[in-house]
Amino acid sequence: MSDLESFRASTRAWLEENCPQPMRAPMTEADICWGGRNWQFQSEEQQIWLERMVARGWTVPRWPTAYGGAGLSGDEDRILAEEMERINARPPLQSFGIWMLGPALLQFGTEEQKRHYLPQIARGEIRWCQGYSEPGAGSDLAGVQTKGVDQGEYFEVSGQKIWTSYADKADWIFCLVRTEPDAPKHKGISFLLFDMASPGVSTKPIQLISGASPFCETFFDAVHVPKDQIVGARGAGWSVAKYLLTHEREMIAGTDSALFGSADLVAEAKAHIGLDSAGRLADPILRAQIADFLVDEAAFEAELEAARAWMRAGKMIGVQSARLKYTGTELNKRRQELLMAVGGLEALAWDSANAADHELASLWLRSKGNSIEGGTSEVMLSILSKGVLELG
Amino acid sequence: MSMEILTEDQQMVRDAAAGFLSASANVDSLRQRRNATQGGRGAHDPALLQAMAELGWYGILLPEDQGGVDLGARAAGLIAQEAGRNLSPLPFLGSAVLAAAVLRDCEDQDWAAKLASGEIQIAFAFEEGGKHAPDHVAMQALAMGNSYNLSGAKRHVADLTGADFVITTAQSDQGLGLFLLATQGTGVQIDPLATVDSGNYAHLQLDHAQAEAVLAIGERAETVLANALRVGRAVAAAELLGLADEAATRTSAYLKERKQFGMTLASFQALQHRAADLYCQIESTRAVVAAALDAIDQADPQAESLSRVAKAKATKTARLAVSEAVQMHGGIGMTDALDIGLFMKKARAAAEILGDHNHHSEWLLQQKGL
Repeated sequence: MSDLESFRASTRAWLEENCPQPMRAPMTEADICWGGRNWQFQSEEQQIWLERMVARGWTVPRWPTAYGGAGLSGDEDRILAEEMERINARPPLQSFGIWMLGPALLQFGTEEQKRHYLPQIARGEIRWCQGYSEPGAGSDLAGVQTKGVDQGEYFEVSGQKIWTSYADKADWIFCLVRTEPDAPKHKGISFLLFDMASPGVSTKPIQLISGASPFCETFFDAVHVPKDQIVGARGAGWSVAKYLLTHEREMIAGTDSALFGSADLVAEAKAHIGLDSAGRLADPILRAQIADFLVDEAAFEAELEAARAWMRAGKMIGVQSARLKYTGTELNKRRQELLMAVGGLEALAWDSANAADHELASLWLRSKGNSIEGGTSEVMLSILSKGVLELG
Repeated sequence: MSMEILTEDQQMVRDAAAGFLSASANVDSLRQRRNATQGGRGAHDPALLQAMAELGWYGILLPEDQGGVDLGARAAGLIAQEAGRNLSPLPFLGSAVLAAAVLRDCEDQDWAAKLASGEIQIAFAFEEGGKHAPDHVAMQALAMGNSYNLSGAKRHVADLTGADFVITTAQSDQGLGLFLLATQGTGVQIDPLATVDSGNYAHLQLDHAQAEAVLAIGERAETVLANALRVGRAVAAAELLGLADEAATRTSAYLKERKQFGMTLASFQALQHRAADLYCQIESTRAVVAAALDAIDQADPQAESLSRVAKAKATKTARLAVSEAVQMHGGIGMTDALDIGLFMKKARAAAEILGDHNHHSEWLLQQKGL
């Protein structure tokens, strides 16, 4: 038996033994384990599952063991994912710490920072949020104005962030702050980490056109941030942020992200529109639009699979992640438009209490944000035209 | 910039194809063909056919015992991609892919070996109307002793002019049949066509023409035909991909060089974004074309569906690529002196060969019960 085959066998046996039955069921947004200081486990099994996976380093399988991971290779990581999928095992922990901050710390953090923060992330002890966008800095992210004034031992941070997902539930924030006011735009930003319980931090949830959302406005009023809580050099925060954004888009490509939608358009069309006597969808023009969409969707699925194969081979996607983000989110908007057309008047149903999770109209409206968040489609096209086509 | 993982063999095939085609079977060769054949009414350049045989391309899909090199559909797709990039006037799709795939699955030794060596040229005739409809077969094959006599018409047969033999579909007393005939035989009439892309197409008229060989008949013939069309459309998609990629590359290069209002066209965001969107479409196409070809090589059950998605997507992407190319080149893009127009012409023809976007998306809908 090859090493990988025996890894698969032992992984399968361990999962069979250790994954509690209730953790082997499909999950909704409400079943996610986010961890954090104030986390209330939804069940005993959720807690047991997390603890067992933490002990094995499998909440962050590829991170080094010294930082709470299991040091798995790309192939081993893939096998673990496949074996978890085989029994429908839920991810034991999801967090912006794992997806975003962790990879940035691995790349830019000091040894001391890695040993301090990474194991906490791996164990789900600290829930992180991301302080990037500001009211005046959306697509022009490097225009952030939240200022960090050097007060000797600490930076005094004041300003406002927006679109901070789960800021009201997070323990700590990683945040872009202008600490060098006289430096050029891209050279004046530092990447700071601080506790959301610090005096001077407040948050306010944002209501979207689609209903309730995890997004918040976040306000900082003279928050004290110790100087050792900076990742990378002073004024070098933009490099960290760019790395992290690229990583975020790669991560989106590597998972079955909600950004790319999941509703079964074909089944919905059959159910709502029905078939004519020849067995064809009764609305021929909608049928043609669905055909066009299905071809593009199938091609994009092949594109995502190629990206996953590329990453499994240990290669970086880098700037090309922008095309996956662009194509995937634009397709999801088309899918949601078609689902609304398929649903017709029925699809207009609205109950603002539950809207975000369940209803077609809410998902349709929410999808409009897909090509805005994480970099707009226009920003993606600019990245590609400059970074790949070398235009401009 | 893309994410393509190739084996060493596949890389060698691609590099050899890129080297040979860009030097010897390029857009200039197409212009020469256009001039020499009054728009396509003529055989392929014999020197190019000889070179194709020497490169082993007629045997790319054939196993060694049929005289081939057996490198598979993905390798054939890589050659077609380079052919698309160069608008190479070659009988690659018709002879080396479609005819070879039929002979491979019929497990024929003699004809396959002669095709693989380049000793004979074989075309494949399967269309009878103006749109791709391989299931519509009105041509009749009448049993006459050990052989069959064929009567009827096939239209727009690729690479037929100059071919020594043609394989055709026909209805027999035992259902669909695949028959091989000598093009010089009695009752065989070939009418070469001038087409917008200066390709080698001809109508085929058979009047009690005797088959040289009965390759397959009945259910077997249905399977052989389906296999050949599957690999054919995936390879045709690869050709369209190469064409689209080259049209986009030439357009980006032109945007960097051409100045208006005192700056390069590349500095206008309206054009940057259109070029980037086209790039995204091309990369989606690249992924699904590779997936279809790999699925064929691995006998994956998804191969049929993927091959159809690949052809549909490639058709659509190539159409976008050539129309953007002409538009972004502006007035010069409308001139015959610039090559871009030739890409537009070839894309139109290649869209129709083996089924367009509508044809294959219709199949996909029916597959899904819509």
